[in-house]
Parts: sequence; C-alpha cells; structure tokens
Amino acid sequence: MKDAAASELPTDKELVPASTKVARATRKTNRDVNAGDRIFRGVTTFFAGLVVVTLAAVAIQLVMTAWPSLSKFGFHFLYTRDWNPVEDEFGALPFLYGTVVSSTLALCIAVPIALGIAIFLTELAPPWMRSPVSFLVELLAAVPSVVYGLWGIFVLAPWLRDTVEPGISKVLGFIPMFRVPESGSTGLGMFTAGLILSIMILPTISSIAREVLKATPLPLREGALALGSTRWEVVRYVILPYARSGIVGAIILGLGRALGETMAVTMVIGNSPNISASLFAPSYTMASIIANEFTEATGKIHLAALAEIGLLLFVVTFILNVLARLLVWRVAAGRRYKTAGGRT
Amino acid sequence: MTDNLANPRITARTMNEDSDRVSGPPEILKAKIRADDVHAFYGAKEAIKGITLDVAEKEVTAFIGPSGCGKSTFLRCFNRMHEIIPGARVAGRVLLDGSDIYDAEIDPVRVRRRVGMVFQKPNPFPTMSIRENVLAGLKLNGLKINDADRLVEESLQQAALWDEVKDSLHLSGTSLSGGQQQRLCIARSLALEPEVLLMDEPCSALDPIATARVEELIHELGGKYTIVIVTHSMQQAARVSDRTAFFYLGELIEYDATDTIFTKPSDPRTEDYITGRFG
Repeated sequence: MKDAAASELPTDKELVPASTKVARATRKTNRDVNAGDRIFRGVTTFFAGLVVVTLAAVAIQLVMTAWPSLSKFGFHFLYTRDWNPVEDEFGALPFLYGTVVSSTLALCIAVPIALGIAIFLTELAPPWMRSPVSFLVELLAAVPSVVYGLWGIFVLAPWLRDTVEPGISKVLGFIPMFRVPESGSTGLGMFTAGLILSIMILPTISSIAREVLKATPLPLREGALALGSTRWEVVRYVILPYARSGIVGAIILGLGRALGETMAVTMVIGNSPNISASLFAPSYTMASIIANEFTEATGKIHLAALAEIGLLLFVVTFILNVLARLLVWRVAAGRRYKTAGGRT
Repeated sequence: MTDNLANPRITARTMNEDSDRVSGPPEILKAKIRADDVHAFYGAKEAIKGITLDVAEKEVTAFIGPSGCGKSTFLRCFNRMHEIIPGARVAGRVLLDGSDIYDAEIDPVRVRRRVGMVFQKPNPFPTMSIRENVLAGLKLNGLKINDADRLVEESLQQAALWDEVKDSLHLSGTSLSGGQQQRLCIARSLALEPEVLLMDEPCSALDPIATARVEELIHELGGKYTIVIVTHSMQQAARVSDRTAFFYLGELIEYDATDTIFTKPSDPRTEDYITGRFG
C-alpha cells in the first residue's frame, strides 16, 4: 500500500505548478457555483413567496368584498338561518350545516371503503391485479365533477328515492336522521350529495393510504409474520399503527376535497337553505350557494354576503388543514420523541 | 474479519468456553427438522438446488458460506418465510418432528408459531413499548396471557436483557441500542416458546460488544432450543455452534460437527472457504 502510493507520488517539479493550477481552478469554479446558487436561491424564494402573497391577497380581497356584510351582520351571520335577498337579510347557518354534514357523511362512507381498497391492494391482492385495480380506482378522480352530477341526477337520485331511502327509513326510521320527510323525497338531498362526494374522494384517500401502507418497512412485516401472525393481524397490529399519521393525512386531504366540491354537489343536493333533521331532505352548501347566486346577485349586501360565505369556506378549510397538520406533526413528533433516547 | 477480533478479552473468553465444551458425535440422535431434497426458487432462478439435511434437536446448527450461496434462503424455507416474497416457491419436503410443513393442509401461520425467527436487522415494532414488543407474538396470535408480567420478565431474562430494561419497559422498542433491540427481538420470539429458533445473521448489524453478548446468549439458549443460525462470520460459527453446514452456489457442500469442519474439512472447497481463499 505504502509502496504503491510512493511510486505514484509526483516529483516536486510537477507537484508545485499542478497544485497551484488546481487551486486557481477551484477558486474560479467556487465563484461561479456561488453565483448560480444565488440566482437559484433567489428564483425559488420568489416562487415560494408567491404562494404566501397569493394566499394573503385572496384573504384580503375576500374581506374587502365581504365588508358590508361583515359590518352589518357581525357574528350574527354565523348562526342565523335567513337567506332573503329581497329583504337583505342573510345568515350562513344552513350552508355551514350543509357543507359540514355532507362532507362528514362522505367521509363516513368513503374512509372504510378507501382503507379497505388500500389494504387489499397492498397486502392481499395477487401482484398481477394490483396495477390495473389501482389504476381504475384512480380513474375515479379523473371523471369531471359535472359528469358525476349528471349521473347523480339521472341514475343515483331516482334509485335512492325509490329503493334505498324507503328501505333505510323502514328499518331505521325511528331515528329522525333516517326518516323520509313528510313532504316526500325527490332523491335530491343531503344523502345523495354525501354519496356522490364519497365516490369523488375515494380515490384521493385510497391512493394516498396505499402509498403510506406500502412504505411500511419490510422487516416489520416479516417480523410480524415470523411470529405467526395472520395477514389481518399484521395489518391490524403492525402496519396500521405504523401508518396512522399518514392515513390521517390522507383522510384530511379527502375532506378538503369534499368541503370545496361545488358542481356535483350543487346538482344533487336540492339547493334549499333549510336545516332538516332528515338526511333525505334537500339542503345547500357554501360552495353551492356561491355558484348558484353569484352571477345574479345585484344587491351590494347580497354580493357581500356571498363573499362572506366564501371567506367562511376559506377559513373553515384553513382551520381544518391546520388541525390536520398539527395532528400529523404530533403523531410524528411522538414517535421521534420516543426514539430520541437510543440508537447509540 | 470478524467483529470480535477488535476486542481480545471477549474473544479469549468465548474461545475458552468453547474448548471446555465436548462436541457431540456427528450422528444425529433426533432430527428436529429434516430437509428432504429441498429446492427453492425466485421466479425461474433456482437458489437452492436440492438439499437434504437433518437439524439436531436442542443443538446449535450454523449455516456458513459466501454471499449468495443460498444459506439465508434455505433458512427461510424452515418457517415458510421464503414464499412471502412474490414469485418465490419451494419444492421438496421439510419435516418438522416428522410431518411435512409444506403439506397442503398445513397453515404456514401455525408453522411460524412453532418456529421463531430473528432477522439480520433488529426489527422491534416501533409503535409498541418494550413490554408490548415482548408480548406482541401472543397479542398477534390472540392468545390469552395469564401472567403477562412474569412472561415479560422471563422472556427478557432468557434474552439477557431484563436487567438493562426492567425500569423502562414502557419506552418504545426502538429507543434501545442496536444490540439491545436484537435481544428484544430474541425475547419476543422466546415469549412464544418456539420449538426452533432460526437466526438470519443476527449479529451482522451489531457492534463487537453487542455481538459478543448475543453470541453468549445463543450459546446459552442452545441447550434449551433447537437453533439454526446463518452467519457470515466463521469465527462466530465456531464459537456458538455444535454443527456447521457449508453452502456454496445453492448446494450443501459439507455438513459435520463444527470442530471437524474447522479442523479437518473433507471437501477442498470448504477448506478454501474457511482458510479465507474465497468468500
């Protein structure tokens, strides 16, 4: 080793000029690299800043447009049920209710199914089946929402009205939530909207959950299998706990989509600003009222009230995302904290 | 070459212990596992080319050989872990106490309950505490635990980890050092009272001191359990095992008492390998 190094060592004569040349070249490249770095840094900082500026601009613009309504109704706006453009009386409660309930309903239906799909595709499906099936599930996300709306009106709503809702009502009708309203059901209402939404958020939740489940390290799976666990036990006790924070993230992203979805919901929810105990009654969401009335709103207060609903939607989604982010962080931080002690 | 050379004290001690031990006769009195013309495949590639071998009950058997010789694959045939890799399959018979674990009626889950496994990289469950990790096997199998505290203590005692963790059983399994994690994984396997313990290079991710601790442990457990250990380190095989099998290119070249393999091997390839001419 030593001998080989010695024989390769250049003589003094060669050594001196060579090393100076290298040093000079390095200094030069260093400068160039730094300039490129600075430009790169500047450009990317600008792009990142653009997001913050856009967000702030949207918020400011919404507040300014909504100002007449904000100053006239104050907090009253949040808990009154009137929506009367003629009398200039506006309250957002029915829309807030409609958005929250339809989204919750969508989550209740979509989460178990999406997790089931994700678990099937990562753990149980034969390898040849995984790609085609996950492609099909993701294709659900590619269907335009207006197409979902049409399908909802012409296929889903009549079927729900004639078959599903009377059935549910017969069995669970003692709960007001599942009772068909006395005026009868048109099939257009909260339940239909929730169902359509659940189909729309299914691919989001299942594809992210699939990625998260797939990321569970192989040694953990093998460890569990080697202890004699069944597939279900591996999933239940090892993979799901490991993937918990990621799955919460997937659900929140689905929720975000459900809250903001406009077109399909507007087409099937019935657009009636009422708060009804029954899920089969028509309702209205924040996104729908804006879409329906914005072009026809002439009154200053009416326009401002719609803008305030937009602001509300913005704030609700913002708060939800912050909560979700905190939850994910807390779970991740908990794991970090636990591991901090060791690994010497 | 081996981790332990870094620490002469430990090497000397373990070697002394070894020389005290009387190695058993080469004939196997009772075969716990009998591999009968076992072939293992990854897709079309044949990784194990028809191996027949008996593993003696309550002894330590070491599998040695250069990387890619199939020793780990062969080990994973003993608890049906080979087949969980997509495209992998096994042909031939593996008899555990005389009954074929590859019989169509046998559930691999039942086999793995009886044949525990410790992996190359320590893999405690990060979402469980030390205590929960020990009990994981029982919890996973839905078994009723009568005296959890005692079982945890006994298993950790057996794995020589109890004294180090008895005050921090609630901490995450991953909060331990690498060597402790590996002993936790051994305790986790022992809690299920397996008949056979398979170890797939259990020390390759550990530092020399942790390696020495785990080797001592394997040595101690040898009298109580049937242990099969795959190792890259010939010194380790010499220190912990009663019998050694040398594998090369998917075939069993030589299988004999460990002393014989390391002092007077009969196959020139074995000799070349143990003297460091290849591998």
